[in-house]
Amino acid sequence: MITSQQHIDPKLIAILETVSDPEIPVLSIMDMGVVRTAIIEDEVVKVQITPTYSGCPAMDVIGDDIKKALQDAGYKSEVELILTPAWTTDWITPRGRKALEDYGIAAPLGPEADKDVLLHGKRLVKCPQCGSINTKMVSQFGSTACKAQFQCEDCLEPFDYFKCLK
Amino acid sequence: MNNTNLYHYILGIADNSLILGQRMGELCGHGPSLETDIACTNISLDLFGQVRSYYQYAAKIANDGRTEDDIAMLRKEREYVNVLLAEQPNTDFAYTMARHFLFDVYHFLFLTELQKSKDLTLAAIATKSLKEVSYHQRFSTDWIKRLGDGTEESHQRMQNAINDLWTYTDELFHQTDADKAMVAEGIGVDVTRLKAAYYDKVNAILEEATLSIPESKYFQKGGKKGIHTEHMGYLLTELQYMQRTYPNMEW
Repeated sequence: MITSQQHIDPKLIAILETVSDPEIPVLSIMDMGVVRTAIIEDEVVKVQITPTYSGCPAMDVIGDDIKKALQDAGYKSEVELILTPAWTTDWITPRGRKALEDYGIAAPLGPEADKDVLLHGKRLVKCPQCGSINTKMVSQFGSTACKAQFQCEDCLEPFDYFKCLK
Repeated sequence: MNNTNLYHYILGIADNSLILGQRMGELCGHGPSLETDIACTNISLDLFGQVRSYYQYAAKIANDGRTEDDIAMLRKEREYVNVLLAEQPNTDFAYTMARHFLFDVYHFLFLTELQKSKDLTLAAIATKSLKEVSYHQRFSTDWIKRLGDGTEESHQRMQNAINDLWTYTDELFHQTDADKAMVAEGIGVDVTRLKAAYYDKVNAILEEATLSIPESKYFQKGGKKGIHTEHMGYLLTELQYMQRTYPNMEW
């Protein structure tokens, strides 16, 4: 059964929120939507996480950090990497989007707007520094697999745009 | 091994991405500009990520004590079954992009079909990978147009690359015995049925890029049977260097 639902034991939420993506430290893995399951079975926490991109090198670190956080809270745990259903940027929470913007990374637009921006050079991505939408794409690929490089033509600052992934 | 055909089928998919990923990774620190350097290594990282999922699954099917790393790093040249196209060298940036483009169009069509596989692990990897490959295809297609419809020099270089690499395209649509067995079970993709859509798409983009479509009907094959071009040995030497120098090392 494929479902995009999360199954997370409410007792574990606060612990999991302390773990962040090592490449985007302001974003907790809960706000990123990579934790799909966290349930307690026979006193062991079973966690399932899904990668943002197949080659995301952060996943191993995230898995270790989850185990450490749970251990510090007195739980034994098992972390499993799952691929189905595939992660989408829709799973980033509103709080996560705000954290990205505050950190200087433009949050993903919708899939159609994303296409207009990346393929047709339309100016829709808002500069996280000055708020202008007079921005241009420098490259479809950025500092990590999930981002594209942009530059603001008003304040001239370069910045990352979190690509829409559906 | 209970399911030899499935094992070989997985390698047939994964080896293409491993070898192409290695080629793209060679541009790390050597790309023509910072942005293209980052793009090529990002693409390489996506491909290696996909490869990990495939080889983990292959190791599970093989069930003979080998890990994903053993399968990736410790086979001999004749045991790699990637298509010849994937191993062709980065002669210049036009060759790099032409090779990637000719593979991306195939890869996109292939993964689209693999999503429907009765094997749920392969279907899941395909769905995940397809999102990434659509970005790869956009990137290489852009460069085909930009160089093809660019200056006289860039046009000529891209035409040379397309002409040279064209001979390796037909192999993408050859079926191995493992392919045929997996197609019959509803697990594999019948690649022969992708051929028309592939050439339609490639030809349309070449035309838009003001490039001529090669007329040669002579095609090279062999990679799927483990018989590679002279470039493969050098590629593997670099890919396998650490494991051969420091066996079983990990980081």
